[in-house]
Amino acid sequence: MYDLPQTDSHVIHEDLKVRARDVQVYYGATHAIKDVSVDIADKTVTAFIGPSGCGKSTFLRCINRMNDTIDVARIEGDILLDGEDIYDPAVDPVQLRARVGMVFQKPNPFPKSIYDNVAYGPKIHGMAKTKSDLDDIVERALRRGAIWEEVKDRLLEPGTGLSGGQQQRLCIARAVATEPEVLLMDEPCSALDPIATAQVEELIDELRQNYSVVIVTHSMQQAARVSQKTAFFHLGNLVEYGDTGQIFTNPQDPRTESYITGRIG
Amino acid sequence: MTDATAPAAPARGSLKAADERTRKRNAAEKRFRLYGLTAVGIGLILLVTLLSAIVSNGVGAFQQTFISVNVFLDPERLDKQGNRDPADLRKVSTFGYTPLIQNAMLATVADAGVQTPLTKGTDMRPMFSAGAAAQVRNFVLENPDRIGDTVAFRILAASRVDGYLKGRVQREDVARDKNIDAEHLDLTDALVEAGVVEKTFNLAFITGSDASESRAEQAGIGVAMIGSFFMMLVVLGLSLPIGVAASIYLEEFAPKNRFTDLIEVNISNLAAVPSIVFGILGLAVFIQFAHLPQSAPLVGGLVLTLMTLPTIIISTRASLKAVPPSIRDAALGVGASKMQTVFHHVLPLAMPGILTGTIIGLAQALGETAPLLLIGMVGFIASNYPDGLASGFLDPNSAMPAQIYEWAKRADPAYYERAWGGIIILLVFLLTMNFIAILLRRRFERRW
Repeated sequence: MYDLPQTDSHVIHEDLKVRARDVQVYYGATHAIKDVSVDIADKTVTAFIGPSGCGKSTFLRCINRMNDTIDVARIEGDILLDGEDIYDPAVDPVQLRARVGMVFQKPNPFPKSIYDNVAYGPKIHGMAKTKSDLDDIVERALRRGAIWEEVKDRLLEPGTGLSGGQQQRLCIARAVATEPEVLLMDEPCSALDPIATAQVEELIDELRQNYSVVIVTHSMQQAARVSQKTAFFHLGNLVEYGDTGQIFTNPQDPRTESYITGRIG
Repeated sequence: MTDATAPAAPARGSLKAADERTRKRNAAEKRFRLYGLTAVGIGLILLVTLLSAIVSNGVGAFQQTFISVNVFLDPERLDKQGNRDPADLRKVSTFGYTPLIQNAMLATVADAGVQTPLTKGTDMRPMFSAGAAAQVRNFVLENPDRIGDTVAFRILAASRVDGYLKGRVQREDVARDKNIDAEHLDLTDALVEAGVVEKTFNLAFITGSDASESRAEQAGIGVAMIGSFFMMLVVLGLSLPIGVAASIYLEEFAPKNRFTDLIEVNISNLAAVPSIVFGILGLAVFIQFAHLPQSAPLVGGLVLTLMTLPTIIISTRASLKAVPPSIRDAALGVGASKMQTVFHHVLPLAMPGILTGTIIGLAQALGETAPLLLIGMVGFIASNYPDGLASGFLDPNSAMPAQIYEWAKRADPAYYERAWGGIIILLVFLLTMNFIAILLRRRFERRW
């Protein structure tokens, strides 16, 4: 029914990339995330599912401290990246975000050329010494974003002129250009048509070779197709977390079962 | 489901015949369109009236009447010692030159074969401007070796003669005017016929300086224009960086708390403060407290900066706010710092709005008169051009709107025409600035 990647379940590694312990998020007086503890493995696709407003995007944005930009947001608890607390006062969120890349719900290329879109991150992080280094980085990133063949002849045209699916793959290329270790994706396919979605999903599966990918999605089919681990959020709580196959075939919690069978949500 | 009895279906007529409600709605829409058209029409009529009034009243200032005469530079009068010593030449004031010009006028009248009852030298005095003697004297001081020659000059006609040719002075008015008689007007007509008196384009109005009450024909707006220019330099140099820096900080970096709220409210309020209040503030702070020179474009620029800052800050913040947050997210997401995000991505997108706001603020400042009244930038500035940057900023000067106000106050109707002419020049400046604003907007506008 859900096209489960059963054969992949043995691939899951036990080396952890991100460890979250008792994370609480408050937006002003609203308690948006309650006691969430989750371990995200390296070289794995982890899907966050749950009904709208359940806090999955909020939690995702905690992992690269994008919530810092919201004045009223307050975060408690620990999130460790490779054993280091990312909310330690000594941590510079700018450095963190170079290691934890993000792809957003709506494709948001800069109003610059395709080349500049991808080159921007490596440039500000000083990753390229020469112009040809930068060219190589851009090409590699665009290839990994599975968009190189489509744009190689028009690198200097504006990124905003691409189609929605191409824009999203450009944004993925832009995110991987800085060589992050974790890639966060906030509903990356919600603005795309089925064909573009299939392309992006294929891409996500390839990215798993190098990165730890965390994807928020509204589509349970998508979670089943691309992820090895799934976390189900409901009303700010992490209800259930486990192997994707197990969550979709044999959920332990009645709320999970209700959600995946379409009774709540 | 049982209590919901379906209402009886209303009788529906043909689609081709509008029913009562539709007719009413259509009529209301038609009425509204009519109101809109009327409003636009009234606006257009007023605009056309205003423009035609300005042009018809002011166009005269761009033309001036000149008299071509050959003046004999009499050594007997100009250089009694005969040694061409500049110090001695300087002792002869413009009063010494007036008789020479009067004689030249008499000779010109005789050459043209014009019959006139005006035969004495002093009879010719009302024909030409008091500025003519100064013009000839300046020539002599620069070229002392020409004394003894007869030199051709184009001297300014008196403002009454000029007004007669422009239709401002009528024959019936002359009876009550002790400055000119009907005979002078006859003579003018005859000299126009002979080609001695002619009306030509008056560059001196655009480049010249103000002149005294009795020499309307000589006054120009050029020096005031330079005053305005130096003021605008001060305004641009101070208000753009301060305004943009303040707005970027307030919009992108400042925490949102009571203190920043208070600042925000105050900036909005400052934008609505009458400009004369800024003038009195400038008088108290810059002149009486800081002892900066009175009437200086520097002080005028400082006062106008205070006035322009709120406009620039408000428009800059609005255009920063209009940049979609997804762009900020994207930049932060690839690890750009806050400042890189602002300067690499947000500011370029906000640029057209910032520039438009700045130019509109500048245009407002350019046309502002009230604060200049209080810091003494209105008054009689007949000095010549500033001779450098420092004197441009610090020497007393006027500004275009203040000069227009000054002219409009004066009694001689010749100044009335010049006030309108000044308005034309001011409007040309404002239109140019708005045009530049549109160009910059087009140039920098990008889609996202």
